[in-house]
Amino acid sequence: MFNKILIANRGEIALRIIRTCREMRIRTVAVYSTADADSLHVRFADEAVCIGDAPSSSSYLNIPHIIAAAEITNADAIHPGYGFLSENARFSRICQENGIKFIGASPEQIDQMGDKATAKSTMQKAGVPCIPGSEGLLDSVEQAKKLAAEMGYPVMLKATAGGGGRGMRAVWKKDELQKAYETASAEAGAAFGNSGMYMEKLIEEPRHIEIQIIGDQYGKACHLSERDCSVQRRHQKLTEETPSPFMTAKLRNAMGRAAIKAAKAIKYEGAGTVEFLVDKDRNFYFREMNTRIQVEHPITEQVIDYDLIREQIKVAAGEPISGSNYEPKLHSIECRINAEDPYNDFRPSPGMITSFHAPGGHGVRLDTHVYTGYTIPPHYDSMIAKLITTAQTREEAIDKMRRALDEFVIEGIKTTIPFHRQLMDDPNYLKGVYTTKFMEDFELK
Amino acid sequence: MDIKEIQNLIRFVARSGATEVNLETEEFKINIKTSADQAAMPEQAVLQHVAQVIPAAPVAAAPAAVPSAPAAQVPAASADTTASAPSDDDDKYITVKSPMIGTLYRRPTPEKDTFVSVGDEIKPGDVLCIIEAMKLFNEIESEVTGKVVKVLVDDQTPVEFDQPLFLVDPS
Repeated sequence: MFNKILIANRGEIALRIIRTCREMRIRTVAVYSTADADSLHVRFADEAVCIGDAPSSSSYLNIPHIIAAAEITNADAIHPGYGFLSENARFSRICQENGIKFIGASPEQIDQMGDKATAKSTMQKAGVPCIPGSEGLLDSVEQAKKLAAEMGYPVMLKATAGGGGRGMRAVWKKDELQKAYETASAEAGAAFGNSGMYMEKLIEEPRHIEIQIIGDQYGKACHLSERDCSVQRRHQKLTEETPSPFMTAKLRNAMGRAAIKAAKAIKYEGAGTVEFLVDKDRNFYFREMNTRIQVEHPITEQVIDYDLIREQIKVAAGEPISGSNYEPKLHSIECRINAEDPYNDFRPSPGMITSFHAPGGHGVRLDTHVYTGYTIPPHYDSMIAKLITTAQTREEAIDKMRRALDEFVIEGIKTTIPFHRQLMDDPNYLKGVYTTKFMEDFELK
Repeated sequence: MDIKEIQNLIRFVARSGATEVNLETEEFKINIKTSADQAAMPEQAVLQHVAQVIPAAPVAAAPAAVPSAPAAQVPAASADTTASAPSDDDDKYITVKSPMIGTLYRRPTPEKDTFVSVGDEIKPGDVLCIIEAMKLFNEIESEVTGKVVKVLVDDQTPVEFDQPLFLVDPS
């Protein structure tokens, strides 16, 4: 087992990892930028090293500084959390070369799953259902037109290097295709330095349902059931739940088996997530694979009663998994609380938290790094807390979330608590009827 | 036992994973506790105990090589400043901070003299120290002109980004 783990991240996930390390009696090293000197993860770690200035590129993305920090503290493993360097193949490789265990995927696995066109062809070969579309990149707009006519409209044009909704265009009619192709590839070239495009059938009214998987070093893989993340705004998840209100035992079985096939196809080691789009007829299609722990992992932890970070660390240290699949025993919902003003287009609202009171009680979990007097720096993402409620039924989990949100006090900055509070009264959400289009019709009062 | 030996001992104990070490000789007694059992504190906090330990131990006469006036102050001063955050008591001085993370060396090689010492005049481009990381040695050059007033770090110790290294009088 590792003696010392360096956490190459910040905020709530750094604290999350430190907590599990302490339970496992593994010493921890926090790294921080000058803007995070007062952060909770710095205080809770056994050791802390300042690695650079506030901008992420100078600090949390600064590979030489992070490796140097691991060197001077004699850390034998690095946990990259999510975001930042967690899916950076070069960082995974440099850790390998420096004799430090990267608690995450190998450089090859990251490369395979990171490029969307490559990931899709790998999945197709493994027999995982994929969205019908082009085989790899499109050669020309002519090819695009021909393929779209074959598949039938609507289609989606996507940049292979894209993400966060950029370099994507939905095309509903054939006379829109040419212009959409040209603007999307120009946008991709400018934003990602790679203008390569591929095409997929546009799945109407899709649900975003992902499967948590774990693989070990010995070729075993298992799934820990699904999370429904369909409530999104501009492709950013706002709230997640498990089990999915749209799920059936048969669908879970089929999706679970497909996710395990995906993991085994690349001999995946560690915790990962296979994302699927599910259409109204419960056909599911591979969307992408995330080779890291996800933000919303706590809801899975709550319903199967497992510490996923602990599992990651054990697998990285060479322990085998049992290989059993896990199904949800309870119902859990997570609301991502961001320092944003929901009444002003979710504009970021950094600043000092003058008053903070956390909700508590049965079935309530709060993963956060903020506290009264803490100043949210403007340099990083705006998520400040994850509020998770768990109960025997979906209705009760929503009752608890409503109650917990009412108790939750954060003053001095704007937060998305009012949005989540209204969501917990929304008739469609309460019925469990929602797709990724949900936020288009949602109006905040 | 001089202040540098005590600091090295503390660092050694902290890194070894031991939680408590008691050392007793005819001249002094020292007790070092790391924070493994308590609520976590950063490693710097362990060094703060040094300031309290020194008065109890009969400190040997100040090292002869150092100029006499600052001699008695320098060991205690460096203990305080390495333990606490950069202080504001020397507002007129420039603080040279570390631009990187690694192990700091004050000498080009162990037998040679230090790059700079207290009292030296420096100008931009002068090498102040070496910081080694990932098997690469980086010469840290001065960006200021002035006289070195205080050296805030010891030879062969780990340093982090922005850590104060030298105080320089620019006047």
